[in-house]
Amino acid sequence: MADLTDPTDTAAPRGTLIVGNCQAGVQLASSLRELGDTEPITLVGEEPHAPYQRPPLSKAFLKGEASADSLAFRSHDFYLTHQIELVTRERIVKITRDATGGVAVAESGRTFPFARLALTVGAMPRTIPFEGSELEGVHYLRDATEAAVLEHRLRTARTVVVIGGGFIGLEVAAGARASGKNVTVLEAAPRLIGRAVSEQTSEFYLQAHRRRGLNVVLNATVVRIVGEHDRVTGVELGDGSIVPADVVLIGVGVIPRTELAEQLGLQVDNGIVVDTHAVASDGATVAAGDCANMPNPSIADFGNGRLRLESVQNAVEQAKVAAATLLGIPAEHKTVPWFWSDQADLKLQIAGLSGGHDQVVLRGDPDSEKFSVLYYRDGTLIAADCINSPLDFMAVRNSLHKGQSISAEAASDTSISLKKLATGTPALSEKVTSP
Amino acid sequence: MPTVTYVASDGSETIVNGFAGDSVMETAVRNGVPGIVAECGGSLSCATCHVFVCADSAPLFPPVAGLEDDMLDGTAVDREDNSRLSCQLKLTDDLDVQVTTPETQV
Repeated sequence: MADLTDPTDTAAPRGTLIVGNCQAGVQLASSLRELGDTEPITLVGEEPHAPYQRPPLSKAFLKGEASADSLAFRSHDFYLTHQIELVTRERIVKITRDATGGVAVAESGRTFPFARLALTVGAMPRTIPFEGSELEGVHYLRDATEAAVLEHRLRTARTVVVIGGGFIGLEVAAGARASGKNVTVLEAAPRLIGRAVSEQTSEFYLQAHRRRGLNVVLNATVVRIVGEHDRVTGVELGDGSIVPADVVLIGVGVIPRTELAEQLGLQVDNGIVVDTHAVASDGATVAAGDCANMPNPSIADFGNGRLRLESVQNAVEQAKVAAATLLGIPAEHKTVPWFWSDQADLKLQIAGLSGGHDQVVLRGDPDSEKFSVLYYRDGTLIAADCINSPLDFMAVRNSLHKGQSISAEAASDTSISLKKLATGTPALSEKVTSP
Repeated sequence: MPTVTYVASDGSETIVNGFAGDSVMETAVRNGVPGIVAECGGSLSCATCHVFVCADSAPLFPPVAGLEDDMLDGTAVDREDNSRLSCQLKLTDDLDVQVTTPETQV
């Protein structure tokens, strides 16, 4: 029988539990310590690795230039010295909350009591149940384990089919093509990267990839994946033709992991719905990263003003806000979204969000493979796609950050740097010089 | 073993033992040194690992090259003659490096 006088027996649970060993999770834990939190912190996730960078999985990792260890965000010493308990290989399947905190239960039965809860559970690849998806050689790509298998398979592959012409698909396709393989990209939509860039940028990437020998099929209908002896041999299209393949990668986007949030009764709508402080609908749980749907100031006057973003910067910034919120420190997410994609020798950098643009300005010549597309709404700069043009990217990102614009009339003149064209009064919070 | 001294804009110092082959940026991030963000993980896409290299350390590294030069033009705190992106600064054995981090990276 428990000794009821033992204070530890009846004490409320202490500390923060962060579910999700990923960029947002490790940032949240780090930020809690940076902000002076001395309570216990547990970071738990199902993968066998310490948190690592995911973006290289579709790039350097597949060339054999990186491993989960080399991509780790933090050293083991960091977790020790900052007293962050890192728990790997534990998948949380159930969470219950009460007035003082709650408890999370892993598949193994291990329990994790907490006073404060953060969900950085990320997203998982959207799957399409094509006939033949179970064949050996058909892959999805989200984590280091999948990347390692794919890397191994690609070494000996001669023909590769990528289903989905988005960032992940094109990065993998461009890498495989550069190493001499016969690569076909099958995109269901009429253009590449349709979710993220304008028609001009899509058209450029179509031509640029074709120049590099990539086969691209737009408006493609995949009927099924075909194989022999349980191994993939090709992909059958709507017209009955079969594209041969030793390896098939399906990269058709991700869906946010919301099972735990739903179990907790949190509001879910394309991710876990949070406010600008990263707080979910129960007023207590915080969420950050790919799984969180947050109001975004960049689109405050557009749509419903909310967005679920899949990017490093978004994960990092939301995690910082979530950490501050848990400690009762006022913080709001207000940085300018930005994204990057390295495909072959083409560096794409995107600043801002182009949704709802009503004007597009082309700066530079796409045939030179060095140009930018600037997006305007109501005459104000809102975003840019910059291809091999880091100067333009930095100028646009900084302008948007400072609340400045760049004249649409002048922006197409490549003889003048965009940095010089930025005008407008920087917001008061920006770079206030001490007297 | 190379060591890197990170001096924050407020003058506080963090000294970290690094490994040959790692960059000044990686060494900072793995050890949670504040002042270096490094959103893009070293792919020369973000310019959030900006540092000012101290005069003694500067000659230890190859000079600024094309893409790094362009990215340095847009750092959150304006570049100076000793500005570098720390993802491009690779440590070698027994090299002691000192850098100062800017007030902000974004």
